[in-house]
Amino acid sequence: MDSLWQLALDSLWPMVSGALTATIPLAIISFALGLAVALMVALMRISTNKVVSGIARGYISIIRGTPLLVQLFVIFYGLPSVGITIDPWPSAIIAFTLNVGGYAAEIIRAAILSVPGGQWEAGYTIGMSKTRTLYKLILPQAARVAIPPLSNTFISLVKDTSLASMILVTEMFRRAQEIAATTYEFMLLYMEAAAIYWVICLVLSAVQDRMESRLEKYVA
Amino acid sequence: MSPKALTPLLNVTDLHKSFGTNKVLRGIDFSVRSGEVLALIGPSGSGKTTALRCLNGLESPDSGVVSFAGGPEVAFQPGLPAKKAQVLRDRSAMVFQGHHLFPHLTVLQNVTIGPLQVQRRPREEVMARANELLERVGLEQKSSDYPSSLSGGQQQRVGIVRALMLQPDLLLFDEPTSALDPELVGEVLSVIKELAQEGWSMVLVTHELAFARDVADTVVFMDDGVVVEHGPAAQVLGNPTHERTKAFMQRLLHPF
Ligand SMILES: Nc1ncnc2c1ncn2[C@@H]1O[C@H](COP(=O)(O)OP(=O)(O)OP(=O)(O)O)[C@@H](O)[C@H]1O
Ligand SMILES: [Mg+2]
Repeated sequence: MDSLWQLALDSLWPMVSGALTATIPLAIISFALGLAVALMVALMRISTNKVVSGIARGYISIIRGTPLLVQLFVIFYGLPSVGITIDPWPSAIIAFTLNVGGYAAEIIRAAILSVPGGQWEAGYTIGMSKTRTLYKLILPQAARVAIPPLSNTFISLVKDTSLASMILVTEMFRRAQEIAATTYEFMLLYMEAAAIYWVICLVLSAVQDRMESRLEKYVA
Repeated sequence: MSPKALTPLLNVTDLHKSFGTNKVLRGIDFSVRSGEVLALIGPSGSGKTTALRCLNGLESPDSGVVSFAGGPEVAFQPGLPAKKAQVLRDRSAMVFQGHHLFPHLTVLQNVTIGPLQVQRRPREEVMARANELLERVGLEQKSSDYPSSLSGGQQQRVGIVRALMLQPDLLLFDEPTSALDPELVGEVLSVIKELAQEGWSMVLVTHELAFARDVADTVVFMDDGVVVEHGPAAQVLGNPTHERTKAFMQRLLHPF
């Protein structure tokens, strides 16, 4: 029993450092890039140009209709056979970015559409162009609607980064797998990994709660 | 009524607009002189809002000309890019029925964002003017509040200041009090009346006939997408010549 505790303690730092150097950065970078993709796709989706909105619709449908693990495999193991080889980290970032882009696009689109049409017109009458109205008036209001569901997307993403272990990114869960492979203590190490994910998500949920109550104050 | 200059300000010629098969404007003509208050009245659905929105480039009529003295002049035709009508906003500013204030900005930010960010006027001048106008409408205490904490009447007064801040030559009001509780109507109408007395030119869509009679120089009565009667306020409201105008006023004065 003592040796189990010792193993749990010894493996804690390698796993936490995996979280700090890989899991969390991977999630943050992919989320930030994913939001940019999502905003672009959301705007394309709203466009009155049928071709443009059709492309956005197709993208969203493919991303949401296929497993993230398959998306990762296509990029990392699939592309090399057509001559495109990408390292594990960039592969993971690309896959997660595209994935967030698809899911968050729908959230952002709904949030933009939830802003009353009168706000656009009020922007126009004070002389603003469509683009400026969007950035100065509509998006700040849409953000309030979008932030709660986007925080959920981020929390899911943090957990989903564990899939990057499948394409050789040494993030937290891969550390757990490596230690388990040499010690055979699968239950202990996977439970420990689960516990660390859980703690990270608890922290993120708490942050989310605070952000939402501040947003509510602002709106009321 | 104060003597008004006779210089023309706005000319509207033969506006036509359909939504699908619904012909909403079927040849609207009227003009506004500098300093004139024109009240646009008519039954619900007669096209008043649509006509007013055309003056601000918010609606693109199928044909017709909106022309300000000294420019711009916009000749509408199908497929005219929305951008071409934007220039009308250099001369006119709109006050909406539902105010449409920006909820994420304070009162002060609401009224200064246009002058600062679009017109790029000097900050000091803009702030001084904003404070002056907010004080004029009795809202100097509210400048750092958000719109949601104001009453409907206060919100509409901010809406009016937001329009004034753009330094337009023509103010456009679309039923500025019809979304308000009855006890809040007076405070908004009295601001509009003051502006009229100061010589602001305006087109005012309203159902408040007593108010129109009080502040308007001229009245345009629209029905079914055409101008039925256009003349001095006292004449159109007091002694209408057309049957449809008479019937409309009978209904408004004696609804039951
Ligand atoms: N964006 C639109 N799309 C389709 N139909 C519209 C649109 N805007 C207005 N209409 C139609 O145009 C007609 C005139 O509307 P408008 O709002 O100009 O009338 P109004 O005189 O302002 O009426 P009210 O006194 O009720 O405000 C109505 O039949 C209305 O349904
Ligand atoms: Mg109307």
